[in-house]
Amino acid sequence: MQRKPLFLQGARDTLPILIGVAPFGMIYGVLAVKAGLSVAAAQGMSVILFAGSAQFMLVQLLGAGTPWFVAVASAFIINLRHALYSASIAPYTQRLSPLWKGLLAYVLVDEVYAVTITNFERNAARPAQHWYMLGSGLALWTGWQLGTALGIFLGAQIPEGLSLDFTLAVTFIALLVPTLKDRPMLLAALAAGITAVAANGLPYKSGLMLAALAGILAGLWSDRAWQKPG
Amino acid sequence: MAETWLIILLSGLLTYAIRLSFIALHGRWQPPLLFQRALRYVPPAVLSAILLPEIFLPGGQPDFSLLNPRLLAGILAALVAWRTRNTFLTIVVGMSGLYLFQMIIR
Repeated sequence: MQRKPLFLQGARDTLPILIGVAPFGMIYGVLAVKAGLSVAAAQGMSVILFAGSAQFMLVQLLGAGTPWFVAVASAFIINLRHALYSASIAPYTQRLSPLWKGLLAYVLVDEVYAVTITNFERNAARPAQHWYMLGSGLALWTGWQLGTALGIFLGAQIPEGLSLDFTLAVTFIALLVPTLKDRPMLLAALAAGITAVAANGLPYKSGLMLAALAGILAGLWSDRAWQKPG
Repeated sequence: MAETWLIILLSGLLTYAIRLSFIALHGRWQPPLLFQRALRYVPPAVLSAILLPEIFLPGGQPDFSLLNPRLLAGILAALVAWRTRNTFLTIVVGMSGLYLFQMIIR
């Protein structure tokens, strides 16, 4: 297929996901403004970081006055999962120029990865298939930025006292539940959650790191498959 | 505000480096299997570590009672997420549930 049809197909396949992502970006925008971020910083984070769950977490940490190195380390940990996507997409991008690789890495977020890898695996290698990923990435990027902008605008109009901070919790529930596919994943979530509650009083919000580590160890402990060959 | 921008820039830079990592390195370096297995558990661990304190420690005060509105709304949201896999619907039902439980329980 040619470049343009592939680009448009990638964008089209991403549109249904935008119905969920744009409101998500809007809620982020509202929370960012409520946490005291300037309009430029709230929108800037969507452009520079372009990572939903990490942005939600950073807004919460910034509102709580967390030291910068703890906030950055937390964002690093929560986005480590993108290394999996990078490893999974890499075989399809190895012949591309550095510029293309750099561009595709920028849009390699959860939803774009999911749409793109499904399409790449279904079709045999096509010369211009990276245009499909670019189409998906740009569609999602546009939806996320517009959602953020709308949220920033609305954030100033929404009154206080609506427990809006709880949208972080329900959003994370929506992201967490689908990951609990097997016992190791469930144990990882339980161990991390319990550790986080127990360690809440620790300085510098270091309980989050400790909890993430506890969860990863619990998951590995529960799943010994990595010790067996194959 | 300067610190906010520092956090945004550094987090963005690190996140971009993670996304670029294997795309840039492909064929030259493969991560150890243990590392790949460990990465699988990052999303549930981190999401749950942020989520549970939001539910059980509202405003920093522990509340483990079954009448905690956040706990009830959280359970409701989890059920919707489990049955529908719909992010937006989960948020709407979870928030409506919170307002409802806050009205009833207080």
